[in-house]
Amino acid sequence: MTSARRDEVMGHRATPARRPPPAGAGPLAWVRANLFSSPLNAALTLVGVWITWTAAYAIVDWALVRAVFTGSDGSACAKEGAGACWPFVTAKLDQFIYGRYPAAERWRADLTMALFAAGLAGVMIPGVPRKGWIAAFLLIAFPAIAYVLLTGGHFGLAVVETEMWGGLLVTLVVAVVGIVASFPIALALALGRRSRLPFVRWSSIGFIELVRGVPLITMLFMASVMLPLFLPEGVTFDKLARALIGVALFEGAYLAEVIRGGLQAIPRGQYEAADALGLSYPQKIGLVVMPQALRLVIPGIVNSFIALFKDTSLVLIIGLFDLLGIVQQAVSSDTTWLSPSTPLTGYVFAGFVFWVFCFGMSRYAQRIERRLDEGQHR
Amino acid sequence: MKSILTTGLAAIVLAAVTAGPVLAQGTLQKVKDRGQLVCGVNTGIAGFSAPDDKGNWSGLDVDLCRAVAAAIFKDPAKVKFVPLTAKERFTALQSGEIDVLSRNTTWTMSRDTSAGMNFAGINYYDGQGFMVNKALGVKSAKELSGASICVQTGTTTELNVADYFRQQGMTYKPVVIEKLPETLAAYNAGRCDVFTSDASQLYATRLTLGSPADHIVLPEVISKEPLGPAVRQGDAQWGNIVRWVLFALINAEEFAITQENVDKMKDSTNPEVKRLLGSEGDFGKGVGLDSDWAYQAIKAVGNYGESFERNVGQGSRLKISRGQNALWRDGGLQYAPPIR
Repeated sequence: MTSARRDEVMGHRATPARRPPPAGAGPLAWVRANLFSSPLNAALTLVGVWITWTAAYAIVDWALVRAVFTGSDGSACAKEGAGACWPFVTAKLDQFIYGRYPAAERWRADLTMALFAAGLAGVMIPGVPRKGWIAAFLLIAFPAIAYVLLTGGHFGLAVVETEMWGGLLVTLVVAVVGIVASFPIALALALGRRSRLPFVRWSSIGFIELVRGVPLITMLFMASVMLPLFLPEGVTFDKLARALIGVALFEGAYLAEVIRGGLQAIPRGQYEAADALGLSYPQKIGLVVMPQALRLVIPGIVNSFIALFKDTSLVLIIGLFDLLGIVQQAVSSDTTWLSPSTPLTGYVFAGFVFWVFCFGMSRYAQRIERRLDEGQHR
Repeated sequence: MKSILTTGLAAIVLAAVTAGPVLAQGTLQKVKDRGQLVCGVNTGIAGFSAPDDKGNWSGLDVDLCRAVAAAIFKDPAKVKFVPLTAKERFTALQSGEIDVLSRNTTWTMSRDTSAGMNFAGINYYDGQGFMVNKALGVKSAKELSGASICVQTGTTTELNVADYFRQQGMTYKPVVIEKLPETLAAYNAGRCDVFTSDASQLYATRLTLGSPADHIVLPEVISKEPLGPAVRQGDAQWGNIVRWVLFALINAEEFAITQENVDKMKDSTNPEVKRLLGSEGDFGKGVGLDSDWAYQAIKAVGNYGESFERNVGQGSRLKISRGQNALWRDGGLQYAPPIR
């Protein structure tokens, strides 16, 4: 007797197989749970996909499909419906990086940037030994080395005047000098603002409020246009140096307020404890207060550095050619490359480079915050 | 706020400017001691001053600086270019940061008399012009009656257009837009028939349009924008040098002396050519230079016409026609006094 026959005789009926339960794991389940959980969610997902697809398609179409890759002047990019004009970027790439820094001397700029990158990596990557020494190198030896390398005039290096600098080099110089030089200024101002000596306190408050009350553009403009008028006839003062001083003072005032926030968060007891131990004022600040205060405000500091990095492009209004300035100059005035698609290509390139740097900084800031959080939760 | 600030700045600038710089020694001597000429140029304007792919400055304004450097040092490379924005240019000249301002600056009375500087000549006669689509079939601005014109609000460009059409007894429909790039975009999209701006800019603008060949710049120029080099007030000798280097280049074109044939022309029998190139008389002495000053300048950049064609004319992608900048004998305005 077959089993089917037996079931029939015994009155058993085969239960039809049920559908398996919806998968609780795997990509399909994730999609269902997160993207199509309700009609509204499904609609939003579809709209989102459509927007992403359209944008991505437009970008790929412009940057690759319709783009022009070869050519020796703007007429190659002037054809109907042409996308990005990449030969323009290729032809100008050296200028975008170094400005008009003489080609034979560019290794000096390369070496400076490489030293800086190496030092920075040493400080930032956890687990690298002797961080203190690397930091000391970055803060003390590196500025001197960079100055000698970039400007020349010593050790048989040819002098390269700052008028020749430009592009990414100027952007980095302004940002790095601004960041490094503003820090001691900010420390002094933040402490000065909390000082008990009225003259120190009032002058710190006066400086901070004055500088914070004017836009960076005004500072740069004053440094570039007004300063020469107050100097004796014929005495000139390097334009880049003027801009650097302006940026450092400006950033110093902002950073001072960030650091003051940290100082205010330190409980009074810490000061009193330091006093009770008989520490002098510098010892109290250097050993007890500052290390705690700075730790608290690291995210704020990095944040204002990112802002500064982007603000560096303002130097173009005083005729210095940072990355954006030199791109703008090239797209608007080089007769060889004038074409309908040149400006967009140039600006997209500049935007991308700025994004890479700012994104890098912001990722690093996030990592620091996470690391500090771990410390707090111990 | 911004206007208060600007006014304040302007007041201080004016006070400093009118106080007047005290010149301890002549500019020529300072330039010679320094070993190079310092020349203020535009931060970037097509055909007039812009760095090329290799980063060398080139352009009509730049050529003039090189010519002056060559006249002084016999070496056109002994010049440093300081790119200046419109706001910085006058103080840079005032403060002695630059020796010559060769930065497409319009010669006006107030600038020449009360801004502490003197203009040395005119190296480009600019003025407002019109660009139209070829499809319109218009050959002259006089045929533009009833056309729609894209202009920026509150600019002299707008006022010039209004004046011109009133004088000509024609009507037009203004399409008023806030910013220059948007104005251009509106023209490119066909929202108006005519785009108007300084003629020198129209040609550069044309190259950024979808199909440059479809647009023409009409011959009429409806405003006066004479552009030229300027020097600090109070140093007549230095002003003479810049002025006569420019005149030498224009004279050279008149006598058909080119960069190529300048050596041969030294032996010319034409007394005017001989005087210009220094093979007869010593006219360099009058400006404190050697007798071959003009020879060096022409050798460095070519005559005015060569420089024009190379930077903005048929030899460049701009293809600006000579127009008002042709020699006087060809119906233009470029006229240099004789060297005698």
